[in-house]
Amino acid sequence: MRYAGKKILTMCVTLFAVTLFVFLAFHMISGDPVTSMLGTQATPERAEALREELGLNDPVLVQYGRWAAGFLKGDMGTSYSYRMPVSEMIVDKLPVTITMTLMAFVWMILIAIPVGLYAAKHEGGVVDRIITVVNQIIMAVPPFFAGILITFVFGMIFRLFTPGGYVSYQVNTGKFVGYLFFPSLAIALPKAAMAIKLLRSSVISELKLDYVRTAYSRGNSKRSVLYRHVLKNAMIPVITFLGMALSDMIAGSIIIEQVFGIPGLGRILLTSISNRDYPVVMAVIVCIATLVLVVNMIVDVIYGLVDPRISVE
Amino acid sequence: MKKGAAKWLLAFMLTTLAVALGGCAGDKEGESSSQITIGIPQDLEDSLDPHKAVAAGTKEVLFNLFEGLVKPTSDGDLIPAVASAYEESEGGKVYTFTLRDGVKFHDGSPVTAEDVKFSLDKCADTSNGGPLVPAFSNIESVTITDDHTVVVTLKEADTEFLAYMTTAIIPAANENPDTNPIGTGPYKYVSRSPQENFVVERFDDYWGEKANIEHVTFKICANADSIVMNLEGGSIDMFARVTATQAAELSDKFDVLEGTMNLVQALYLNNAVEPFDDVRVRQALCYAVNPQEIMDIISDGKGTELGSSMFPAFGKYYMEELNDTYQQNFDKAKELLADAGYPDGFSFTITVPSNYQPHIDTAQVLVEQFANIGVTANIQLVEWDSWLSDVYTDRNFESTVVGVDASSLTGAALLQRFTSTASNNFINYSNAAYDEAFANALASTDDAEKTKYYKECETILATDAANVYIQDLPEFVALNKNYTGYEFYPLYVQDIAKLKLVSQ
Repeated sequence: MRYAGKKILTMCVTLFAVTLFVFLAFHMISGDPVTSMLGTQATPERAEALREELGLNDPVLVQYGRWAAGFLKGDMGTSYSYRMPVSEMIVDKLPVTITMTLMAFVWMILIAIPVGLYAAKHEGGVVDRIITVVNQIIMAVPPFFAGILITFVFGMIFRLFTPGGYVSYQVNTGKFVGYLFFPSLAIALPKAAMAIKLLRSSVISELKLDYVRTAYSRGNSKRSVLYRHVLKNAMIPVITFLGMALSDMIAGSIIIEQVFGIPGLGRILLTSISNRDYPVVMAVIVCIATLVLVVNMIVDVIYGLVDPRISVE
Repeated sequence: MKKGAAKWLLAFMLTTLAVALGGCAGDKEGESSSQITIGIPQDLEDSLDPHKAVAAGTKEVLFNLFEGLVKPTSDGDLIPAVASAYEESEGGKVYTFTLRDGVKFHDGSPVTAEDVKFSLDKCADTSNGGPLVPAFSNIESVTITDDHTVVVTLKEADTEFLAYMTTAIIPAANENPDTNPIGTGPYKYVSRSPQENFVVERFDDYWGEKANIEHVTFKICANADSIVMNLEGGSIDMFARVTATQAAELSDKFDVLEGTMNLVQALYLNNAVEPFDDVRVRQALCYAVNPQEIMDIISDGKGTELGSSMFPAFGKYYMEELNDTYQQNFDKAKELLADAGYPDGFSFTITVPSNYQPHIDTAQVLVEQFANIGVTANIQLVEWDSWLSDVYTDRNFESTVVGVDASSLTGAALLQRFTSTASNNFINYSNAAYDEAFANALASTDDAEKTKYYKECETILATDAANVYIQDLPEFVALNKNYTGYEFYPLYVQDIAKLKLVSQ
């Protein structure tokens, strides 16, 4: 219990630091929300009146305090550009990003574990060598480029999906998940390649340990040794990686959203940055930061479950 | 990993794949009720209150939802809308509007004289640092004389004032006009999802000719590179303002309609900074530029050359002869520069908003053309937001390439900004003769006289080389061959109500 409290406290401090930093950073770059709200109709008088109305004339820290106080009370504010409650926008878009990230995660596990195990089992074989080379190539390809390639190959040549044909989950969940099939693959591929590499070397080094010989001598088949004894131990470094990869994927989804034209949190984040729509930017940042922190916490817990020797202190 | 779990995962992924592929195959079939998906380059990141919306992209969509007492036609005329008749008296000082019977708002409530007064008063209100419609500062009073009559009295006579009466009439009772737009137009608001779409449907109680297509989705296609893909893939049926290159790519499978954007693209010069405060320098730049060459390079020669701040859609005010004020002549340009004290040329910066490709392309050609007279121009790309604050509001720039459009069908919409005291005179143009000609134009109640003075204004801008005028950009609209009826307007609007299915 003390552990959980400590973790949550750390999380809050991190969130506080992140939001404060973002808030300050925004006030240092040029441009101001009033200019984009009034556009070419801006007159100094109207701009001033609007600035006063939005409280943009107050010192930065006062503005931050007001934002933070509102946020703690559950009020994320109103978007400057859309004039709608920020919470509505987030609720609308969060499922997109979460679904895509989770799908990418499933993809990664689905690809990495069988392939990694196979390569380890057949170490040095032809297939293993091919896997190693292909792995190196995939690892070197950034997700956005993988996205472009996938759009070109599966979208334009094989016409397996319509690029830009995103369907909202509110309209048709099946088509929504269907559209995310390839984008999530694009996010997952480079991570899967790294996971394969890690799992392969981890399993190979485990296989050389004494307990494996003992297990064999007790009459276990190769298969049962691999799955019942080795895999569990070999997974420990991989789990660390999977956790990191999941946090990375949340960030990666922002870029992939642009490539596939998916209106998720990432799109909202980018446009609200260029519109200087602070309330939206802050809310999205808090969401992403929270997701990352929660994922890290879950990884810590899973650690303890897989290997009781690792204490959670 | 347990084998059972692995099987589950596999099943999950296979189901996903099946759904994905199935979803694509049956995408366009079976949608028989009339609908169209129109791609728009940017979201309506704006208030949906027609009086507060500022982005051109928002206004062109809201055009389908709202109407004023009068509304513009594609020919550039004004026809009665919420009003069934109007009368101008006292030489353009008093306008009397008779409201049309049976006009309803989208929520079903009838339009009353109170709603009209509310809408006009709201736009004339100065408590937020200035009226929402700048021209409304001229309104003396809006009075309701009976249930069907509203009288607008002006402080100064203005025979063009009717053009501002296109200002949307909204219900006084709407508490959230920012997010819940209610108007009287042929389409009514259904829903929006930020960065995704904006959905409207036909308003069946519309007073006039009802729209043809029932459901209209404006889909945000922020990625310019994927527009062709989206059109060909069928996820959008129409996209206004595709580039010349995209138009050529699409011309086989789509109807590509060509019009003009109705704006004045120019190299706008800050007339208050050196060396552009010298008319000889400005003229030298004009002599260095060949608009036709720019059009040839950036859009296969499409576009309309301009010589002043007026474009052809305005008909009677447009003066084609001003295009010939300056013929490309490098010797003459160098001579003028030498006279002005720059025999070796000079260098300056062209600030260009990075989100408008035609302007960037134009600036690049300009740089080459200026090099011929020994003038070095450097392009500085800025975000639209920075452009608004630095160039447009703070006027802290040397020159910029942009297009300036007209917010209403009046000569003043384009020419007022160059009067020395205009708040939107971002080029700091100051010329007593111009101010006088413009004041005369405003004051005259005779149409021929007004036209004469507006033409005088245009001529001054051209001969005084206020800016280096280039062109009215071509506009290409790509429309799926299943639809027809697209109409170009002299204003920045998209009229969806006129579109129909070929089979209709």
